[in-house]
Amino acid sequence: MENKMNLEIKNVSYRYREDGRQILENFSLTVSQKERVGLAAPSGYGKTTLCKLLSGYLKPDQGEILLDGKPLASYRGYCPVQMIWQQPEFAVNPRLRMREVLLEGDAVEERVIHELGIEPDWLNRFPGELSGGELQRFSIARALGKRTKFLIADEISTMLDLITQSQIWNFLLKEVERRGIGLIAVSHNQELMDWVCTRQISLEKQGP
Amino acid sequence: MMEETKKTWNEKEPILKIENMSIRFTQYDRGMHQTELPVIRNLDVEVRQGEMVAVVGSSGSGKSLLAHGVMGVLPYNAVMGGTITYCGEELTQKRIEKIRGKEIVLVPQSTVYLNPLMKIGPQIRKGDKGIQARNRLREIFRRYELKEEVEDLYPFELSGGMNRRVLISTAMIESPKLVIADEPTPGLDLKVAKRAMAHFRELADMGAGVLVITHDLELALEVADRIVVFYAGTTVEEAAVEDFEREETLRHPYTKALWRAMPKHGFQFIKGTQPYVKDLPAGCPFAPRCSQRTGACSQEIPWRELRGGSVRCIHAE
Repeated sequence: MENKMNLEIKNVSYRYREDGRQILENFSLTVSQKERVGLAAPSGYGKTTLCKLLSGYLKPDQGEILLDGKPLASYRGYCPVQMIWQQPEFAVNPRLRMREVLLEGDAVEERVIHELGIEPDWLNRFPGELSGGELQRFSIARALGKRTKFLIADEISTMLDLITQSQIWNFLLKEVERRGIGLIAVSHNQELMDWVCTRQISLEKQGP
Repeated sequence: MMEETKKTWNEKEPILKIENMSIRFTQYDRGMHQTELPVIRNLDVEVRQGEMVAVVGSSGSGKSLLAHGVMGVLPYNAVMGGTITYCGEELTQKRIEKIRGKEIVLVPQSTVYLNPLMKIGPQIRKGDKGIQARNRLREIFRRYELKEEVEDLYPFELSGGMNRRVLISTAMIESPKLVIADEPTPGLDLKVAKRAMAHFRELADMGAGVLVITHDLELALEVADRIVVFYAGTTVEEAAVEDFEREETLRHPYTKALWRAMPKHGFQFIKGTQPYVKDLPAGCPFAPRCSQRTGACSQEIPWRELRGGSVRCIHAE
């Protein structure tokens, strides 16, 4: 079973509820656990929407999202496809201490927490008491639970300084390699994508 | 517009000169116990006419306070030290209150600074209904690709990106001499972010001094003339953009670490994180992560000129 799973998007269409805009039309993509796929497109082309569809936060209007041949929605409990958001400030409960934020993940290993450079002292703090870079380390750790098979990274280092960006990506690349986790990354930074990805796809060609 | 500028000021001198700025907050924790948080310890920046200077630092490093300090809008529990000189004369609280919003404008970080109860058009024109103000607004809107209908909308009816362009427009309507932009590009996609930066560049090319405060060094390198590197409350280096072409022409170990962390320069990283204000070491704030650290680094480190730039490091040569 190791490394054999595919994440498949099959003929997916999606339209925004608010303004009725068609975001994805008949979009298909298959990603294996050995791959690191980059998605590029100008804003408004549905990159974040696609990320949310892939990680189960949204359901497609038409088409299917399959993990290992089974609909993503049929996985009960922990979702094996985990998304990391651009702004960690909005992705953690402001009333939980960071220790408890990590408990929302799936038995996150001590090793992961350590390698992400999370200092023991930060665990007792609330999200408002940490910088963006420190918070993002927690939201990455939380997404790297035991049963995670795919990771969706949506502009995760856009708001960070260069050194933090490099620390986080160097760790992530090592971690997905080691555990055979498939990765889908969104970034506007071409040089970063060239460094991170094994394959790149432009949503622009698909059209919104 | 120019009435505040004294004739004695030589135009080759900096429009804005900040020397040894410090900003500390007084807080109470546990009842009457008072603590002081020195969020900015040593900040030196100069901006000349027609020049775009970027102060680059990571989020949470206190760099937004620099803008608030210059504009005279720090909260009541903040104390500012050092000197700010504007057009050759000290910028006192009384003086800034007279010229802010006119000669010196701030483009704030967040769109929550827009008045939610006022339509966009009147808000930018500040109520001026004259034909000149209307035409100027049209021109600015065209530049920022905002449709004329936007004038009649409220901020909540616009997207985040549009609101950001509205914020920039409110500053542009005055033809300022000095523009301070606080983190003008978050949440904008690269194309729009570049365009926003390009508009600030244009302002500099038209003769204004522009000070951009940003976390995005790569973007700043594309548009600015000089970069001031800010680390944990201290400016550690001031360098021309060209100095970033090679690692050897840079001066401070932190700036060099930033350079090596760029994907195109090998994506290397140093360990650790920026220290918190309350855990700052004495002397150089970068010393705990620095490979060149010596005992002398824990003393007061002077800001000195070096190879056409400035640095706050005793080992730089």
